[in-house]
Amino acid sequence: MTTTGPARIGPADDPVQPGDAAEIVVLVDDVPVAGLAGQTIAGVLMGAGRQSWRTTARQGRPRGVFCGIGVCFDCLVTVNGLRDVRACQRRAADGDEVSTHD
Amino acid sequence: MTEVLIIGAGPAGLAAATAARRSGARVVVLDAAEDVGGQYWRHLPAQRPAAREQVLHHGWSRFTALRRELTGVEIVTGAQVWLAERHDDRPPTVHVLVGPADGRDREQRTFEPDALVLATGAYERTLPFPGWDLPGVFTAGAAQALAKAERVAVGRRVLVAGAGPFLLPVASSLIRTGARVVRVLEAGGWGRLGRAWTARPTELLGASHKAGELAGYVRDLARHRIPYRVATGVIAVHGRDRVEEVTVARLDAQWAPVPGTSQRVAVDAVCVSHGFLPRAELAVAAGCVTGPEGAVAVDGDCRTSVPGVFAAGEITGIGGADLALAEGTLAGTAAAGAAPTQAQRRAVLTHQRFAARLSDGHGIRPGWTGWVADDTLICRCEEVTAGELRDIATATGSRGLRSLKLSTRAGLGVCQGRVCGRSVEELLDRTTGGLLDPGRTAARPLAGLVRLGELARMQGDTE
Repeated sequence: MTTTGPARIGPADDPVQPGDAAEIVVLVDDVPVAGLAGQTIAGVLMGAGRQSWRTTARQGRPRGVFCGIGVCFDCLVTVNGLRDVRACQRRAADGDEVSTHD
Repeated sequence: MTEVLIIGAGPAGLAAATAARRSGARVVVLDAAEDVGGQYWRHLPAQRPAAREQVLHHGWSRFTALRRELTGVEIVTGAQVWLAERHDDRPPTVHVLVGPADGRDREQRTFEPDALVLATGAYERTLPFPGWDLPGVFTAGAAQALAKAERVAVGRRVLVAGAGPFLLPVASSLIRTGARVVRVLEAGGWGRLGRAWTARPTELLGASHKAGELAGYVRDLARHRIPYRVATGVIAVHGRDRVEEVTVARLDAQWAPVPGTSQRVAVDAVCVSHGFLPRAELAVAAGCVTGPEGAVAVDGDCRTSVPGVFAAGEITGIGGADLALAEGTLAGTAAAGAAPTQAQRRAVLTHQRFAARLSDGHGIRPGWTGWVADDTLICRCEEVTAGELRDIATATGSRGLRSLKLSTRAGLGVCQGRVCGRSVEELLDRTTGGLLDPGRTAARPLAGLVRLGELARMQGDTE
């Protein structure tokens, strides 16, 4: 485990005492990334340690989640070929193909 | 049977739904999320059961009780309301797309309710500061949502800053993700906070259980030795492609940074919230009168200015979950055509007094522009800086917000000014010596993202 940045809480350390959850795999720019059923795409990406995945049009600056509730549109990704999907709002499905390049 | 449509399934919407059902109405509840609960009771999806989820929540038993009471209510989740089509003498026609968020072939539904309850809640207002667009800067609500619904920690060394009591539950949530919370910074000073919270203490008796909730947060801070500082804020964030350090500084009573007090702190995430804004675009589109701070104006029974349209919860003014529950009960009862009881009306008044303290003690002060530099980004979508805003306003001599938005592009991006709108207005108001059309950024005829293909399909359906 890295020592900085986002991470999914390990079940043994989690005070909510999580039960079993099904694993899913999404392809992020063709690389398999593991997550749990019910997570959003942002949840899967951040759970795997990713903090940013988009680049802005004008200044080429990195962006990831900012508001987390679907208001700011900073976290946009392409899902199964469909552009402009808010990663923090869309639930990931096993086998989803996520592209971070427009 | 009266048909009541409720938009929003947070505390206000759920209370409205159960009250309207009890009063004999047929009830439909819409929510854009995949689950009920709103932001306040945002929780783990059904696919991820947990034995002790309640440790992340306040009033969790109230939520589960409300959820059980929804029998007989039609709940439509994944429902993006994108248009409220206004009529003068009755509630608007509500157009909805149902399906995965931002999907392309969502089901189209249209509602013509006898009564409409708007319970669309609020979202955070985060003031701009240098570096606030760096990955690793989150709204406090984002940290909360990721902690509650994803069990994801936004970082390992996290600083929480801004204004208002919401910072405390956010710090508690972060602790329960295993993060080290290095500091909690409140912009308001003890003087203002103290005056707001100690004047006329008997008024607060009805809300006394909040003292217990507050004590829980304070215990968390003490147990984890997390410093809580008032009259202090984050005035800049540093890093190349991600947050590495923040600059914190003392703030004066107007929130202007005090020279010579700044200090750098190493962190990998910053969570910032300066307050909340009502999510009122549907109410505005429906023709409802709004008041100061963009809140929807309502009478003592939660009626808006449009016949048959009610509003409850944060869109009538920021006041927290207890007020939202009380207003929702009132609105749902009245929307169903029944008479609210005096006790229901009194509950709203008690919590409104509590809410007034919040805005007295923690409301945004104008000195924040003191930490904004010329090259500080104001509009994140279109990447417009404070310097560009001021220069264009000065060069064109315009005092019209509409024309300045077109010439600067601030607020015209994909978020439609939801994040920067108020800040753009405040900066331009000062540069121009007074805007002629303030408040315009709250008007958004389309309330959600609609794909052109979906619009084309609707057109095809009506021909």
